[in-house]
Amino acid sequence: MQYLPALSVIDLAAGYPNDSRAIYDVTFDVMAGERVAVIGPNGAGKSTLFKAIAGIIPFTSGQISQGGLDCRSSHSLIGYVPQQNQVDWNFPATVGDVVMMGRARQIGWFRWPGRHDWDEVRRALALVSMERAMDRPIGQLSGGQKQRVFIARALVQNAHVLLLDEPFNGLDPAAYEEILTSLDRLRADGVTVLVATHDMESATTQFDKLLLMKRKRIAYGDAGEVYTAANLKAAYGSRVSVLQDPDLGTLIVTDEHAH
Amino acid sequence: MDFFNELVMQPFSYAFMQRALMAVVLIGITSGVIGCYVVIRGMSFYGDAMSHSILPGVAIAYIVSGGASGGALFIGGLAAGLVSSLGIGWLTRGERLKEDTAIGIVFVAMYALGIAIISSDQRAYGRDLVHILFGNVLGIQPSDLWIMVGCSAFVLMVVLLLYKELQIISFDPNLALTMKLPAEAFRLMLLALIAVTIIASLQVVGVALMLAMLIVPSAAAQMLAKRLHHMMMISAALGGVCGALGLLISYHLDIAAGPSIVLTMTAVFALIFTGVRVRFMMQRAAHR
Repeated sequence: MQYLPALSVIDLAAGYPNDSRAIYDVTFDVMAGERVAVIGPNGAGKSTLFKAIAGIIPFTSGQISQGGLDCRSSHSLIGYVPQQNQVDWNFPATVGDVVMMGRARQIGWFRWPGRHDWDEVRRALALVSMERAMDRPIGQLSGGQKQRVFIARALVQNAHVLLLDEPFNGLDPAAYEEILTSLDRLRADGVTVLVATHDMESATTQFDKLLLMKRKRIAYGDAGEVYTAANLKAAYGSRVSVLQDPDLGTLIVTDEHAH
Repeated sequence: MDFFNELVMQPFSYAFMQRALMAVVLIGITSGVIGCYVVIRGMSFYGDAMSHSILPGVAIAYIVSGGASGGALFIGGLAAGLVSSLGIGWLTRGERLKEDTAIGIVFVAMYALGIAIISSDQRAYGRDLVHILFGNVLGIQPSDLWIMVGCSAFVLMVVLLLYKELQIISFDPNLALTMKLPAEAFRLMLLALIAVTIIASLQVVGVALMLAMLIVPSAAAQMLAKRLHHMMMISAALGGVCGALGLLISYHLDIAAGPSIVLTMTAVFALIFTGVRVRFMMQRAAHR
């Protein structure tokens, strides 16, 4: 069992036919505990990929499985953290309420959360260092804190695979570090994490693997395999250049249109 | 004590005032709770449209049953509300029309149709139209009260039992989908709950003033609460208290009850809004 990939995506096609963000020919395997950066230009279909894996939009062909089981038959095992602008932050809910939403399935129909459920919520919040914010309104948190609360929400869902859609957008370096620290703790539990990001440089240092896509998979593997001139040209056209640093042996990628 | 007697006890010594009081408190509570969803989901336009769209069904029921019979009005209103919802759903299918455009078209057409139907009956047009538009809480019969009790119990029970699911689809529908909850079914059920609440409120404030019952107490409660169920409790309390107070004011000032209830709610909203603003400015000044 442990040799089966935690997440396996084969020949996936998803999105509406005339939608410019529709994706096709996406294939990759992720092992338990691995951390993958999904990169590509705006409109490359990163969100479409995540929504298809999470079951938010149907996929038109291909297969998605978790630990060898077809995703359509499993419940709550994938956690999805949406982009910040997808959520109404004025909603009347505390941090604890938001995390508790992730436990709806375990609590069961027609029932309200009990003490055990609140313990689970507290435990998940502690994992992302947000336990002291439990009673604060969700709208009062900073961008990075909101992301961590949503990660906690995915944890109480018992998610083995976590999808974060551009969590670093608009965050300062400290908030960025805190999210990475939270993700490090999940790695120990074998939680697999996929992160859509524009930050191509940190993708090389903070992630095990990179998935470069532009509506279809362009490359998948470690930074050396993915960041080749040909791959980057296929994804970004001429907007990105690749430089080799002879002293450090590191790869430097400059995105002229960096956000 | 005499003063209190004259102000509060004496009006409620009449049976019609007692029934009116029960109706406004009940409807104030129910629409206060359901209105929270309308406010946090930004569905005011839908609420307003739905309350106007039930008019043709109510008008036909009114004329056929020869006056205000609660059961007939309820069934007529429900049928018209269903037709409007299906019409809006059909027009927006495949993104042929934007939802608010479709709501606008269906809502005004249904409203006009309702007034046209009533105008075909001179007696109804002259007198009863006013009751349908602005409510007739003093004319409520025991049978009407039972319908309100039934509707309110149903709506509140569903909210209580499906609270966490309705909260999820209101805050983050994508979470519902990742958990494989039937998100679309919950969305439709919420629309149905709003429709039932509106039809049950018909005789209290009428179709033209309905929206206030749904959104004014909820909007006030949103400023005071940081959790959804607290917001619902505050909104229900405000709805019930403002309803009773508005009824009493209408009695003493000899004005129509529907507008009096709405204006009372608006005044309480204004008070809370001002209070919250003042507190906010004082806190900011203290931090400097």
